[in-house]
Amino acid sequence: MSVASSEPTLEIRSKARSARHAQLRVFLTNWQAMLGLVLVVIFFASAIFAPQIAPYDPNAMDIPARLAGPSWQHLAGTDQLGRDTLSRILHGGRVALTIAAIGVSLSLAIGLALGMLAAFGPRRLDSLLLLIFDSVRSFPTIILGLATVSLTGPSLGLVMVIVVITSIPQYARVTRTAALVLRGTDFVLAERSLGASTLRILWHHILPNVVGPLLILAAMDVPVVVSLEAGLSFLGLGVTPPTASWGTLLNEGYLVIRNSSWMVIMAGMPLVLTTIGFTFLAEGLRDILDPRMNRGR
Amino acid sequence: MSGYILKRLALAAAVILTVLVILFSLLRLVPGNPVTIALGPQATPAAIAHYSAKMNLDQPVWVQFATYARNVVTGDLGEDIFTGRKVAIIVGEQIGYSLMLMVAAMGWAIVLGIPLGCLAAVRPNTWLDRITGVLSVGTIAIPSFLMAIWALLILSVQLRWLPAMGAGEAGDYGDQALHLILPAFAVGLGWVGYLARMVRASMLEVLGEPFIRSARAFGLTPQRVIFSYALPVAILPTITLIGMGFGGLISSAVFAEVIFARPGVGKLIYDSVQARNFPIVQGAVVVTTALYILVVLLSDLLVSWIDPRVRRVL
Repeated sequence: MSVASSEPTLEIRSKARSARHAQLRVFLTNWQAMLGLVLVVIFFASAIFAPQIAPYDPNAMDIPARLAGPSWQHLAGTDQLGRDTLSRILHGGRVALTIAAIGVSLSLAIGLALGMLAAFGPRRLDSLLLLIFDSVRSFPTIILGLATVSLTGPSLGLVMVIVVITSIPQYARVTRTAALVLRGTDFVLAERSLGASTLRILWHHILPNVVGPLLILAAMDVPVVVSLEAGLSFLGLGVTPPTASWGTLLNEGYLVIRNSSWMVIMAGMPLVLTTIGFTFLAEGLRDILDPRMNRGR
Repeated sequence: MSGYILKRLALAAAVILTVLVILFSLLRLVPGNPVTIALGPQATPAAIAHYSAKMNLDQPVWVQFATYARNVVTGDLGEDIFTGRKVAIIVGEQIGYSLMLMVAAMGWAIVLGIPLGCLAAVRPNTWLDRITGVLSVGTIAIPSFLMAIWALLILSVQLRWLPAMGAGEAGDYGDQALHLILPAFAVGLGWVGYLARMVRASMLEVLGEPFIRSARAFGLTPQRVIFSYALPVAILPTITLIGMGFGGLISSAVFAEVIFARPGVGKLIYDSVQARNFPIVQGAVVVTTALYILVVLLSDLLVSWIDPRVRRVL
């Protein structure tokens, strides 16, 4: 009896496994997704191991070698104080990674909660939250950030607040849309008719279904957050010298742009590569996790 | 329609009220005396006395806020702490430059991006479609401030084709236009790819609709079908997008103005932050917010005027 009943289960299992294998194959043969994966791994590894792989102390000055172009001693050249640009880029990656990790996870968590609240809460609350999401998402937050800096002075915490506030709406919107669709499906209605609480439904049925799209969104959001940090630090809102960040490096390079073009070229590259990496990876993941979203481009 | 307009106006009022509350409370949440914080270390005793009297610090907080809000609404944005000039006048002098930059940037992005998106949708999988695809990925990969720096480096510092700094001689329109090219290019480029991508997606959707098939069956020319029937429908999400994107446009204009040392509200805010001149920052933020709200409002009304279905949503 038990043998007979286990056979179809086995078949279903092997089908599910071959489907997953097929997904993996699609992902592994997608050159864009693989390139994205490689770049993302480099982003994480270079930030985490920056102290080990950086050839120089990022703050060590060598005035005679200032504003040098790329050479075997300094692969990415040096800045106006003779500091090694490559080492400073690697250490700047740590700032980018910190902001991205904390900023993205905070806004994902808050956005998830607010999105569920909008979908399962009262109708009026839903439309109020939607209005707030839309207003915040399109607001030129940098301007308010600048106003704050003029009173408090620059800080990484402020950058984090700006990042979280601007990112929350998209997570909340995606969660809300998915949760609204799920709320009307048969399996959720069945669960509810069995007497399950809203919290149980949210935790066991809604959450597992929105995690995929949210993770894709998070991967797409990392370069946005990293660029935002770089932009704010470029304007002097975030990281302050002598700490290296991709934004402060670009700012230092901008100030010497007439004497040496290498700094702005080199300090801009990690931003571009990070963006390409995370975008390609996210698109590759989207293709296998959510084929429905793949109809546009 | 009037109900919809009223709701939109109420929303606009709510957003500007929120920004006023934030600006108002910022000054009071930072520890210390609000007057000395707002005016910074270089303020003269006369300025401190004047500002203290104006802020009504001996009154309850809500009276202080009411006074502040009334001043803003009546156009009194305070005075420059160094020169004593009216902030409203200072911002007014700069806003034209910012508007010119934003209109030029969005203008060339629209003129190029929308036809590109149309053509890519009409002829999918051709070289034109591929170029659009590469362009949209490429321009999204480079943040606009980095684009501005690189454009400055290549076109101005290295090739010396275009002037790098300022907005050109006053009164010399040719010179001003020349100074506008680089910042408008840097701010608009990302939008070309973005608009092309959006128009392409919504165009493809619209081209599959039954009314397009009917129009074709009636024997209308392909150009007529695309430009008179499909485009007006496909353009709707894009108009909303442009309205919503105006906030982002303001942000990238701040960067462009700082990088190209171009006068404008963004540069004004940036310089005032450096000089710790809070009244100017505050006034400029209020004006920028009002401008932003006006544009979003206009784009909403434009869409609801073209497409009556939208009015029922809110």
